[in-house]
Amino acid sequence: MAEIIQIDELVDLAKRIRRKLLVTVGRAECGHLGGSLSAVEVLTALYFHFLRIDPSKPEWEDRDRFVLSKGHNTPLYYTVLAFRGYFPVDWLDTYDCMDSRLQGHPDMTKTPGVDMTTGSLGQGISAALGMAMAGKLLHKNFRVFVMIGDGEFQEGQVWEAIMYAGAHRLNNLICVMDHNKLQLASIIEEGLPIGPVAPKWEAFGWKVIEIDGHDMEMVIDGLKRAIAYGKGPVAVVAHTLKGKGVSFMEQVVKWHSTPPSREEMLKALQELDAPEEELAEWRS
Amino acid sequence: MAIMMANREAFGRTLVELGKRNQNVVVFDADVCTSTRTCLFRDAFPERFFQMGVAEQNMISAAAGMSTVSGLIPWVSTFAVFASKRALDQVSISVAYPRRNVKINGSYGGIPTGKAGATHQAVQDIAIMRAMPNMTVIVPIDGVEVERAVYAATEYLGPVYLRTTRHETPVVLNPETYRFQWGKAVMLREGKDVTLIGTGVKSVLALDAARILEKKGIDARVLHIHTIKPIDREAIIKAAEETCGIVTMENHSVIGGLGGAVSEVLTDERPVILKRIGIPDTFGESGDDDQIFRKIGLSVDNVVKTVKILLD
Repeated sequence: MAEIIQIDELVDLAKRIRRKLLVTVGRAECGHLGGSLSAVEVLTALYFHFLRIDPSKPEWEDRDRFVLSKGHNTPLYYTVLAFRGYFPVDWLDTYDCMDSRLQGHPDMTKTPGVDMTTGSLGQGISAALGMAMAGKLLHKNFRVFVMIGDGEFQEGQVWEAIMYAGAHRLNNLICVMDHNKLQLASIIEEGLPIGPVAPKWEAFGWKVIEIDGHDMEMVIDGLKRAIAYGKGPVAVVAHTLKGKGVSFMEQVVKWHSTPPSREEMLKALQELDAPEEELAEWRS
Repeated sequence: MAIMMANREAFGRTLVELGKRNQNVVVFDADVCTSTRTCLFRDAFPERFFQMGVAEQNMISAAAGMSTVSGLIPWVSTFAVFASKRALDQVSISVAYPRRNVKINGSYGGIPTGKAGATHQAVQDIAIMRAMPNMTVIVPIDGVEVERAVYAATEYLGPVYLRTTRHETPVVLNPETYRFQWGKAVMLREGKDVTLIGTGVKSVLALDAARILEKKGIDARVLHIHTIKPIDREAIIKAAEETCGIVTMENHSVIGGLGGAVSEVLTDERPVILKRIGIPDTFGESGDDDQIFRKIGLSVDNVVKTVKILLD
């Protein structure tokens, strides 16, 4: 699938991506659903509207880069990469299986389109930083996008990375923070509260743009403004809901990585307007 | 009297020469470049030198990210304690697992740190790096070998951990004739009674001990193993077959370093008596380098004594 300009098409695509990532987790009986569902709009907009990429040439030197620093959200990441044409969609049925090219966390040596191996939180934003530094050194025009989680904001390495990027005014680096307010074991307020995030980014020299991460129009506008900023690194703080799109998953801690039962799959897909042919598989 | 040179100094100078020849080489530092000597590269190629501040974890992952762009080859340099422990997960997940073409200089290996003590003495870095899949480990004997190893590591496609040291040590290899062979042990001295195997600067100790043993009528073979991983299994097995026992010595813990690696090969292939000399299973301490080395048994006297016990 190629680049998409129309917002209503992106909205429709986001819904199909939600369903496909659910099915991927449902079939594999594992995978991180909550944070995948919260980041659907942003990743859809990036891969189908903004990124200058060529899925037939994943190693193209001048491509824009994307690093999924919250690496556990592979159900979403792989679905987007497959839909964008990096590999056949049926690879998704091998997700998390032994010998699969789709590992539980992104592995750049196995999966076409994955720009950096991630999974240990905090490291992806540093890797993205290194890519942005390389772009400056080599006078290349590619842009580097990275997505971190809000639980990930607790990792010390994140602060090391954003201190460097801010101090060196790297204007080719955009970090989307998927701010869904939940972490693995609890809501963030009960885990380790991270407080107001915008002033923290700003104190480290980043421009902050806050958006509703599920409003496609706002997502497009926010990313557009981030790209246009030009004076330094930009943090796009996307306010989102973990488990977005499935009523019984939204903002419920256990859906961080619990696979749904067949019954729950059916209900979830129905809520996402799945056509009958997508539902049959889950009827017992 | 042999020429003396610190391996860190040889490393710093070689990087500058490498930088002239290879435009893809970039250097990362975490605020220790004047100690590790990458300040020489900083002064020669400021645009290709990245001062990351006191932030080793970010430095390692950023270098991994940079290595994905247009063939850039980061040499990341910090003290061995920080490269192997502070940023261990970053070395493992950002560098080794995806086989990034990142070279790590673990400076201030072992005891000599300018009396800084336990916090700065890397006693287990070889063990840590050696246990990591995809990682390679090189521990050069002197300045000549540091230079050759830096070029070999840069040419090799994949992660390398190079261990350098702070203190001045004798240059024992002949720069005119020495050829560095990846993964091959260097026979520094032929011998048939016993084999002394060293790595890094303690291969010089093996040579010194062999000279004393010769006077006592013991013909010691001296092997220098610079590439701890992948290790030269053949040379070790041959030593086990042709001599009556093996003594290893290293500026590193007796657990998991050279002694551990040699022991694994012998256990697999040809069990013989092996004595391991190195830093005992303790943290280091402040003090004069030579005094500490003597205290823990990294001395000619102790090597000679150990050989005698082994041969009896």
